[in-house]
Amino acid sequence: MIVEKSKIPPTWCPGCGDYAVLKAVESSLANLKRDPKDVVIVSGIGCSSNLPHFLNTYGIHGIHGRAIPIATGVRLANHDLTVLVTGGDGDGYGIGLGHFLHAARRNINLTYIVMNNQIYGLTTGQVSPTSEKYTKTKSTPTGSIEEPVNPIALALMSGATYVSRGFSGEINHLATLVENAIRHNGFSLVDVLSPCVSFNKLNTYSFFRERVYTLEGENHDAGSMEGALAKSMEWGARIPIGLFYETQKKTYEEEEPALESGPLAKQSLIFDRHLVEEFIARCWFSEE
Amino acid sequence: MAGNISVKIGGAAGDGVASSGETLARTFVRSGLYVSAYNSYQSVIRGGHIYFDIRASEEKIYSAGRRFDILIALDSNTIDIHGGNASRLIYDEKKVVCPENCPSSRLPIPLSEIARKISKNPILQNTVALGACVKLVGIDFAQLEGVLKDTFKEKGEGVIAENVSAGREGYDFAEKTFSPIPHSLTFSGKKRVFLTGNAALALGAVGAGCRFYAAYPMTPASSILHTLAAHSEKCGILTKQTEDELAAINMTIGASFAGVRAMCGTSGGGFALMTEAFGLAGMIETPIVVVVSQRGGPSTGLPTKTAQGDLNMMLGAGQDDFPRAIIAPLDVEDSFYATYEAFRLAEKYQIPVIVALDFYLSEHFETLDELRFLAPEKRDFTLLDSKRYAFTENGVSPRSIPGQEGLMFIASSDEHDEEGINISDVRASLPESQRIRERIMEKRMRKLSFIASEMSPPSLSGDVDADLTLLCWGSTFGVCREAQTILADEGIKVNILAFRYLFPLVPGTGEILSRRRRILGIEQNYTGQFTQLLTSHTGIQIKECLYKYSGEPLYAGEVVTRVREMMR
Repeated sequence: MIVEKSKIPPTWCPGCGDYAVLKAVESSLANLKRDPKDVVIVSGIGCSSNLPHFLNTYGIHGIHGRAIPIATGVRLANHDLTVLVTGGDGDGYGIGLGHFLHAARRNINLTYIVMNNQIYGLTTGQVSPTSEKYTKTKSTPTGSIEEPVNPIALALMSGATYVSRGFSGEINHLATLVENAIRHNGFSLVDVLSPCVSFNKLNTYSFFRERVYTLEGENHDAGSMEGALAKSMEWGARIPIGLFYETQKKTYEEEEPALESGPLAKQSLIFDRHLVEEFIARCWFSEE
Repeated sequence: MAGNISVKIGGAAGDGVASSGETLARTFVRSGLYVSAYNSYQSVIRGGHIYFDIRASEEKIYSAGRRFDILIALDSNTIDIHGGNASRLIYDEKKVVCPENCPSSRLPIPLSEIARKISKNPILQNTVALGACVKLVGIDFAQLEGVLKDTFKEKGEGVIAENVSAGREGYDFAEKTFSPIPHSLTFSGKKRVFLTGNAALALGAVGAGCRFYAAYPMTPASSILHTLAAHSEKCGILTKQTEDELAAINMTIGASFAGVRAMCGTSGGGFALMTEAFGLAGMIETPIVVVVSQRGGPSTGLPTKTAQGDLNMMLGAGQDDFPRAIIAPLDVEDSFYATYEAFRLAEKYQIPVIVALDFYLSEHFETLDELRFLAPEKRDFTLLDSKRYAFTENGVSPRSIPGQEGLMFIASSDEHDEEGINISDVRASLPESQRIRERIMEKRMRKLSFIASEMSPPSLSGDVDADLTLLCWGSTFGVCREAQTILADEGIKVNILAFRYLFPLVPGTGEILSRRRRILGIEQNYTGQFTQLLTSHTGIQIKECLYKYSGEPLYAGEVVTRVREMMR
């Protein structure tokens, strides 16, 4: 059985960048032959966080900003599962930013796909943490006076082991990034420039088409942290997409002693009585 | 002659009060006595004033006390604060000043001088005092020696030898210098478990098949994390200190969704952060157990002092209505069983369940006779229906977990239909969706009456027809029991109605209340949060109350005084 579209049609606006992400996730899971029963897609809140509903897998459509900890719990409970986290820039780089950094430094094997449209869409157009400085929105009528967060640089500095950026207008390129991110053993980020056609009149498809170039096309060395950091700072006339950085490190699951005998979800519920007795004796019995 | 022995050790943080207290308490336990011990500390790492109370008897002890046979004063401050409540005073005259008017009999010992002969470590003076104390009570030195060997086994033979000789010196000094304390205790040497409420709860979680525990450090819940972490590898329980309480509860939900019995724990401040996700568990019908160990509030409040003031928050946590259960263990032993029960209820009804402790219950020690390990109930994830949120009679729907063939579903925090499909966006307010919304709300809420019917009524101890009923919940039960005994000796008959299940209330609670002649509501908060809950559910007003919110544990004497006034 392969992952299919669910019977629920996406609720996104026509032309929304998130359709490309859905397609990329669907094709990646199919190419990797992941059995949908072994896939869990976790999201938070926002337009993009509706994504799990549009695929035929297990999923949790959670609460705003908490998709990563929910997914971390799933993965720690059963590391045989393929666990994806999908959401938006408000969810992941705003209200949930802390969890993103902590998941990266844990190098837990989650694939984090952020549909970054640089605006709050579902709440009808307020400034987002990735909106460019001086962007005028409903909540910043005279222009935002905050610098945008840099998710690529943050991921690199926090220990993520696969750091990439895609563009919804380059769907084949995006699908490759997503597929490799899922394949990667460790915490992976795919930040996707996913235009909001309804509320972001600045960062449009044509805005990006004029600026994006692929790192692969310029022989970028994804093994170099210094090179990746330099590229992560580039945003202006040219915007790089592709794989910034990839490295192999032990994952949290591999280093966690409690997981040595396999996934927790597959352990017996009933404890060995002997273990429990030893548990008491080790520190509490007033024994001789 | 006294049927029990009580000792208080006081000093500043950093003096080793808690570890010395624990050593002495364990010595009493090992001699075969029932012991209750309370570690009172402050939110400071060095300095201030802290103390450790021990009460020991041949009978089970249910609460802390205020009078002491022996006060071990490691600083002058301790005598100023507690000198008036102690019969005897162990102190070092060279370091500690005992005022002229202090009524206790003085047992000065050159503690630091003796300790210095053995080692440069000044803390060793405490062990000298413990040795003297053990001799005064008449316990064999071998008992103290055994505890010292266990306590310091990780630190090596040298530290053990120093402590054993310091204890021996103190013991011999007391033997030569002081007369023993008269009492009627015999030391049976019977083995018993000696645990705090938090440790009992952790053990209960292990027994219940908990495989995942997440927490952010917060007093007084932190020692649950420490205890489980220390045994994590051996028992296959994954313990995770998270970046905040939001992560702790959300990870717990994720782990449970994936099929693992999962728990998180915190105090009131952390639970305030968890409330949104608490509602998520209610909405997606994922079982979780949340431990809330209360301390004085509001806000940061009294981090190291006890209270029962977070009940209203537990009752109201999360948006709108969804079913939950709240169990408040009555004592240390009950913390073990209540945790079992919390897991069982959470899983059976697919709801979030709170185990409500308080600082006193979490952190004080009690001796327990035996813990029965009940086997967790077998779980069945076989789907009977193709709909994850199928409308059923008791509101509980078939559940599948990832990796399982059959039904894959999306657990959605948005309102959804029987299959889990959102009715909140393109289907919102359609006539069909309104009906679905009503029916799924009713399905979830239906669980409550089934949960309530499983809960046993509050225990009534004492004469059914007593003139006065002490109504309490959680850890104040022990205090009421002790007060009941004292009052009985004075010819005042009271019974105790102790609530363990705070929510949902058992059917018939109104009748149980209306059968009482006169009720004194006892709680450790300002407004009587549980009494108010009872009134709102039953219409019965409980007008007389004893609400304590100083942060200190409730003492039996306070209940006795109040009852005497009422019965006058």
